[in-house]
Amino acid sequence: MREFAYHLPKSLAEAAQLLSANPEAKLIAGGMTLIPTMKQRLATPTDLIDLGGVGGLVGIQATEREVVIGAMTTHAAVAASADVARRIPALATLAGGIGDPQVRHRGTIGGSISNNDPAADYPAGLVALAATVVTDKRSIAADDFFTGMFETALELGEIVKEVRFRVPERAAYMKFPNPASRYAVAGVFVARHTDGIRVAVTGAAPVVFRVPEMERALAARFEPAAIESIRVPADGLNSDLHASAEYRSHLVTVMARRAVAACL
Amino acid sequence: MVGNVSVSFAVNGEPVSAEVEPRTLLVTFLREHLGLTGTHVGCDTSQCGACCVHLDGRSVKSCTIFAVQANGRAVTTIEGLGTPENLHPMQAAFREHHGLQCGFCTPGMIMSAVDFASRNPAPSDSEVRHWLEGNICRCTGYQNIVESIQAGARAMAKA
Repeated sequence: MREFAYHLPKSLAEAAQLLSANPEAKLIAGGMTLIPTMKQRLATPTDLIDLGGVGGLVGIQATEREVVIGAMTTHAAVAASADVARRIPALATLAGGIGDPQVRHRGTIGGSISNNDPAADYPAGLVALAATVVTDKRSIAADDFFTGMFETALELGEIVKEVRFRVPERAAYMKFPNPASRYAVAGVFVARHTDGIRVAVTGAAPVVFRVPEMERALAARFEPAAIESIRVPADGLNSDLHASAEYRSHLVTVMARRAVAACL
Repeated sequence: MVGNVSVSFAVNGEPVSAEVEPRTLLVTFLREHLGLTGTHVGCDTSQCGACCVHLDGRSVKSCTIFAVQANGRAVTTIEGLGTPENLHPMQAAFREHHGLQCGFCTPGMIMSAVDFASRNPAPSDSEVRHWLEGNICRCTGYQNIVESIQAGARAMAKA
């Protein structure tokens, strides 16, 4: 690993200042992706800015309408939260299925969404739940946040503070995990809101996407059979050693059907 | 060259402090600076779990955290669990149930298992297997590891 200078800012403003001052600097949250990437020298930041010293970024607050999760809240904390389990149990299930227990003890929601791995679980949850990403500068709708493979709407020096989730009527997340990494080969989050259905897919394409045809079909008839013949075209889906694009296309429909069944 | 950083935290109940390069991983610090070689480096890619230690009582992969990130926290390694004369109940269960073959993964398995059992005193077979997703045994000895952890959890609950 290349050497780097280490910073432990005490406030978001200080962290943002350090980040803006140096384009070669990187934030570290849980480090579950960044540290392995640095070992491989795929990332070689000159400076690491540890968000572990910034107060106010850890915690979960829930009301009847909304669940708010601080950026530095770990996957284990979300998975174990009674508030999340009561308001959006599908989100607790999602968090509890990320990586393995030791990864969940360190990895954070803010780190996961800022990294935006194509096979990460949280992007599907944020998009299906019509979440809002709150940064130190503004609020960004989840639909606008995930812009491409490992790319987000975050500007240089912008830092995620929290994620605000709308509480749905019903929701479920189903994924076909890679048996080694537990990353989603294909994962589908289905959420039924008072104003419509959202179906969000992760793992299958370079970035999370919605399936409007499934959303319309489920709005008319909320049951697995309503979408069993709807296929996302394989064209444009990921094809790698884990699964072909055709297989991922098949998996999306299977996972979506299972998610709808789990909602009922 | 960039400057060193100060690290200062508790390891197995004893305060330690040192000046290290920021890129020093916790596992490197434990093994090479403190000589605590019970924590193993298996894959060095955060998959195998041989390097599991406790950070404030929760299991983490010490190959995927910088030593400086442990500042002010409490680290427990396999050396801090029991002694050869007085094994921790989980260590005794691994010996009793033959929960190891070559033994390389064992320190990580036991640290992971103690964290798990401290919150789940009577785990089912499938709960143990689900928990062990972060610990790999290449002797394929999972059957006895699962039995060991269930027995160790029961023993910890009684202790």
